Amino acid sequence: MMQVPVLQARNLVKRYGSVTALDHADFELLPGEILAVIGDNGAGKSTLIKALVGAIIPDQGEILLNGRVVHFRSPLEARKAGIETVFQNLALSPSLSIADNLFLGREKRSAGAWGRLFRALDERGMRAEARRALSGLGITTVQNINQTVETLSGGQRQCIAVARAAAFASRAIIMDEPTAALGVKESRRVLELILEIRSKGLPVVLISHNMPHVFEIADRIHIHRLGTRACVVRPTEYSMSDAVAIMTGATKAPC
Amino acid sequence: MRTPDSSQASPLRKESESEGALSWSNTATARFGDERTPLIKRFQIFIHHHSTFVPFIILLASLLSFGMADGTTFLSLFNISLVVQQVTIIATVGIAQTLIILTAGIDLSVGTILVLSHILMARLAVQNGLPVEVALAAGVAVGTMCGLLNGCLVTLLRLPPFIATLGTWSIFGALNIWYSHGETVAAGQIASAAPLLQLLGKAMRFYGAAITYGFVMLVFVYSGMWYLLNKTALGRHIYATGDDNEAARLAGINTKRTLLAAYTIAGFICGIGAWILIGRVGAASPLAGGTLNLDSITAVVIGGTSLFGGRGSITGTLIGALIVGVFRNGLALSGADVVWQEFSVGVLILFAVAIDQWIRRVAK
Repeated sequence: MMQVPVLQARNLVKRYGSVTALDHADFELLPGEILAVIGDNGAGKSTLIKALVGAIIPDQGEILLNGRVVHFRSPLEARKAGIETVFQNLALSPSLSIADNLFLGREKRSAGAWGRLFRALDERGMRAEARRALSGLGITTVQNINQTVETLSGGQRQCIAVARAAAFASRAIIMDEPTAALGVKESRRVLELILEIRSKGLPVVLISHNMPHVFEIADRIHIHRLGTRACVVRPTEYSMSDAVAIMTGATKAPC
Repeated sequence: MRTPDSSQASPLRKESESEGALSWSNTATARFGDERTPLIKRFQIFIHHHSTFVPFIILLASLLSFGMADGTTFLSLFNISLVVQQVTIIATVGIAQTLIILTAGIDLSVGTILVLSHILMARLAVQNGLPVEVALAAGVAVGTMCGLLNGCLVTLLRLPPFIATLGTWSIFGALNIWYSHGETVAAGQIASAAPLLQLLGKAMRFYGAAITYGFVMLVFVYSGMWYLLNKTALGRHIYATGDDNEAARLAGINTKRTLLAAYTIAGFICGIGAWILIGRVGAASPLAGGTLNLDSITAVVIGGTSLFGGRGSITGTLIGALIVGVFRNGLALSGADVVWQEFSVGVLILFAVAIDQWIRRVAK
């Protein structure tokens, strides 16, 4: 019954001067699940996530990928290991096309001599793959893959950023507040997208302040408090007010 | 610890109640360019995506109006080819400047790099008697090194490009006077000792038009840079870095290396421009090209490239350089005082930047 976690952290400590941002924190992401990470402002959620993807290096503790200890020194290394992050600012370039954005930073060179000698890009191949990535996730509101990202709505942009992560992630996707800037309808679209990704077998870490969203789609909820994991609960067993109570310290963590 | 409100925590994962209205709400997604958009707005969106459109129309209009005002002289093949010759150097430096401005930077030293390189080429070949090919290569190499230095100041020391290149502008200018002792290398000396340096000033003639080899070199530089910007990953990275530096970095682009490459390539193009300048002038003077720094920015801006980075093209810069050339030449032919040439260029710059500000609001 014991599953090996896809991504695991044990005993992480990170101190900034006299402030302890991570205080012996643990973390476990199981295969194929949506794990929500909630916590009050300043609880250390971002520090935890940054440590997991190599954006900061913890002072103590270890991070395991599929049961093996890893030492990411930058988000790029985590990305190479198959962990993609959807940042809150999306990291899209507005003046470039959707296809260009999907492959931004990892463009494919064309196979022929032009690609080898003159670094020509395989534009047709990238466009085809971009189209496949979008339709594979059921993103159909975007018709033209050559459209620039600045012509898209906030929700469509979020979908592009999620699709990019899904296209390249082989182990896990981490999403930082994916619905924070979106309207009701657009949020719904993004939540469906997250479920779609889980159905493809990829586990998702969802950092969010939106309790209804968290309780609707998460399989388990990691509640972060005072720099450490207070508790992991199942949304079927606890209510939102229970979670908020644990998060703020009003109730003692039950587990 | 369960509350009676189980709908939120139900294993059935029902949508939150507040979203119940979604099922019968309007499901149409946003559409673009539809018939309800006012004409002016559609025009705004169009030129937002085709940054060379307005410069192109201005070029056509100025050609037509000067042609009508001045008739045969202005529109003669000879005169048009003269305009092209006059703008070849500005266009070359303008292409270098475009690379920098696309990254949301600015390079105030490009013209000075070019002058330093051309003095170096001429003196190494004439005074020091080095083989002309070596002198040429050394000039281009020093131009490239100057660009690399600018790039290092911007990326490693994190200086704002405006200040970094303001500093190197003075430094390169001073080195230029020191190395040349303020002396011009005369055209006759270059012609006898190193004729290769003047090659790009030679012209092919067709029906009264004179096409210089310098112009051919410009076409090469343009083609190479067009390919770089549109067909390679580095080109995408230059646009993305200028568009939103932080987003580009998070997307996995090495933005520092991209900036370093842009400044270095700009320096290299200035080195090539130095060769064209010797061809055009014949001699090499430390006082040449005094206005090139600002002229290159003028060409880029009039060509529709945004000073805020990420939007524009080198095609626009070519058109921008031509517009300036056509205005100068047309006004000169029509007998207007030289001050009105400068005046009109000033108006063009303000007009171009105002257009840029207007169309940037589309994206918001």
